[in-house]
Amino acid sequence: MFRNRGDVVFWIVLGAVLLAGFAVTQTIANEYYYTAIYAILQATIMAVAWNILGGFTGYVNFGSAAFFAIGAYTAVALDKWLGLPLPLLIAASAAVCGLMGLGVGYLTLRLKGVYFAIATLAMAIVLETFINNWDYVGAAKGVYILTPEKVPFFSSYIQMLFMVMLVLTLGSIAISRYLNASRIGRGLAAIRDDELAAECAGVPTLRLKLVSTTVMGAMMGVAGAPYPFFVTFVDPISAFNLFVAVNAIAMPMIGGTAHWIGPVVGALLIGGAQEAITVTISSELNVLVVGIMLVLFITLAPQGIVGLVQKWTKRRKA
Amino acid sequence: MSAPILKVSGVSKRFGGFTALDGIELELGASERLGLIGPNGSGKTTLINCISGALTNDSGSIVFEGEDITRLPPHKRAARGVARSFQIPKPFRSMTVLENLRVPLEFAARQRTERRRIDADAMEVLELIGLKGRANDSSAGLTQVDMRKLELARALAAKPKLLVSDEAMAGLSSAEVDEILEILLALNARGVAVIMIEHIMRAVMGFAQRLVVLDAGRKIADGTPEDIIRSPDVERAYLGE
Amino acid sequence: MDLFVNAIVAGILLGAFYASVSVGLSITFGQLDIVNIAHPAFVIVGSYIAWILNSRYGLDPVLVGILAAPIFFVVGVLIYRIYYLAFERTGQESLSGLAFFFGVMFIIEVVLILVYGVDYRLVSAGYLGKNIDLGFVGLPLRLVVPFVVASVMTAAVWFYLSRTFTGRAILAVAQDRLALQLMGADPVKIKQFAFGLAIATTSIAGALLIIIGPVEPSLGRVYIGRAFAIVVLGGMGSIPGMVIAALLIGVVESFVSSFAGPSWAPAVAFGALLITLAVRPSGLFGRT
Repeated sequence: MFRNRGDVVFWIVLGAVLLAGFAVTQTIANEYYYTAIYAILQATIMAVAWNILGGFTGYVNFGSAAFFAIGAYTAVALDKWLGLPLPLLIAASAAVCGLMGLGVGYLTLRLKGVYFAIATLAMAIVLETFINNWDYVGAAKGVYILTPEKVPFFSSYIQMLFMVMLVLTLGSIAISRYLNASRIGRGLAAIRDDELAAECAGVPTLRLKLVSTTVMGAMMGVAGAPYPFFVTFVDPISAFNLFVAVNAIAMPMIGGTAHWIGPVVGALLIGGAQEAITVTISSELNVLVVGIMLVLFITLAPQGIVGLVQKWTKRRKA
Repeated sequence: MSAPILKVSGVSKRFGGFTALDGIELELGASERLGLIGPNGSGKTTLINCISGALTNDSGSIVFEGEDITRLPPHKRAARGVARSFQIPKPFRSMTVLENLRVPLEFAARQRTERRRIDADAMEVLELIGLKGRANDSSAGLTQVDMRKLELARALAAKPKLLVSDEAMAGLSSAEVDEILEILLALNARGVAVIMIEHIMRAVMGFAQRLVVLDAGRKIADGTPEDIIRSPDVERAYLGE
Repeated sequence: MDLFVNAIVAGILLGAFYASVSVGLSITFGQLDIVNIAHPAFVIVGSYIAWILNSRYGLDPVLVGILAAPIFFVVGVLIYRIYYLAFERTGQESLSGLAFFFGVMFIIEVVLILVYGVDYRLVSAGYLGKNIDLGFVGLPLRLVVPFVVASVMTAAVWFYLSRTFTGRAILAVAQDRLALQLMGADPVKIKQFAFGLAIATTSIAGALLIIIGPVEPSLGRVYIGRAFAIVVLGGMGSIPGMVIAALLIGVVESFVSSFAGPSWAPAVAFGALLITLAVRPSGLFGRT
């Protein structure tokens, strides 16, 4: 964990952010800020999660946001059935979605790039259709979630959710960073660059790809578990919202997919811009902005912002 | 010869209606230098794809060091010491030359390598290949011959007992061909068996202790270079009736 | 029994329409390996154009579809040029290209929402609401007219691809670029033409869609699964195969709708797609 100076700096920054977050909850009461930042944190976890399979491993997929929805609905179902506390719901969602990621990975990872992407989209819609027809969680009509009036340590429930989300976000970033720099990460990069060459160089491609999908699924599930308690009303349309899915893809692609910090940069930038636009103009417009930025970056700067920065610093050194 | 390191028995492979390999029998001794030649389309690359595991043969068996590896995926064969280079180089483009070598060292050669020595081992291979000065260059911007060398370097970094080199010299100048030959000979001197697929005859003749000739998916000759040159079957295969 | 027959008939009529939606994708994805996931979004644009000209000037939607087709063709050519310059030339096709079209699809949907809102739009034409009564089964004209137009258009495209020089060049460019170049044809121009042709078909398909039923901006999404399922199931390049797959999906969806409820219908196409990809990616009739 503390192998070098970079590690030390990272954990110090993480700790500082955590403390700052806590300090904010004790001082600022305006709920709007927590709502806005919660959305950005959620987007960050999803962007980081997507990037593990899409960026590190090179398997672009369009169905990953379905794991977010399943995470949300797992929390709903378990809350209704057993009334478990939030931390357990999050753990359960992680487990369920991780297993799903494993299963889906096993079925679809044998497909070549493009077919894989389409298959993931198909899988997401099939899942949505199932939830749409499952009455226990409200089917198409949706379901309301009750949240407690009083919580320990915090003056409002939203503040507690915010802290929970902050912890989860920082945790996801740490996991992603670890993967990026580890032997597994190097194997994933090899798979991304040339899967056959990687296999012949001894990389157990199927196994690593499955690790990738499992981690991604679990992380997406973790992002989804607190969601019902945040919005208090969940229905398939909002949970499987395509906009949420596009964000999960656009943010890493704009931020930069090869490096762990790319999705974070993308999420903060895009998420921040979206909040600003929603407040000032309209919420549909920020969807358009994301679409346009995605297209622009893909065509003009496929390495993302991180890639641009790297190129710029290399040129300055030379 | 003593127990062969590789034994290919009755290997056949079909693609739809097309028979690419038909009952191939082949033996290779440890540290032997074998040349695999034949006209285009005769099945050479298909055969080494079957040996390395990129393809699974429909029938027959492939035994490496006494173990039947026919059903093993490529990465497990690589771990056991079967390495191959690709005809069209496939570098890991997002990585530097050195990082390219880390992959086989950390995976295929994992059992044979100490963690602390990974970078040192990689530099050793680069020294042998002649790419030491390019260690920190991006692998995406290399010249043709350097890419071929990197391709071989990556196969070497897997610390193999058998290396299959697939047309590593195609399109290179005479001097460059000699460079690659030297590398392969040095490797063989360390005890690595080499199967060389090549169309450049002087390279194959100079390098191989034994030649195997394929034509239309069948083995038509197997012997010393001198015998093969004189064989009427081989002449017919290359030049027609 | 009545329900059964009606389900089959409705399925066939719809299936023909699905074929008209998928024929363009059969060209771009099936032949050229361009994953134009925005294809159904263009169909929706076609529907909106039909709606605008129909409600403003009373023009028949099919007529609008045909008249607008050349414009769609030009748009298709333009989009292909961007795609080519950004991706095909640099060899990054599949995945970045896919994300590119994903972005395009998104932009189209959102612009429609911003300009026209999320309300359902419909067209009015003399034949809507009328039925052809065949005794045991009623054929609503709103399904029959699209059936006829779709069949004609699909047949025309297939005829074009298999009989004319340019058409066969399109089929060839997918299989052997080099041979095509040696024959003096420019592969890029041909692909450009093919892409334009594919988008032109969406103009007509869109007009048909809004005849069948009301349209709103996000309707394109369910057609993503249908169109891709049909193209993959039918075997990537084969138009006759695609037609059979379209009819199949239409009929199965119709049955599922009638007997399990319409909310299960999307699962049919997407489920079929998944199963096909898992079991036999070359489809029922396609090249391996």
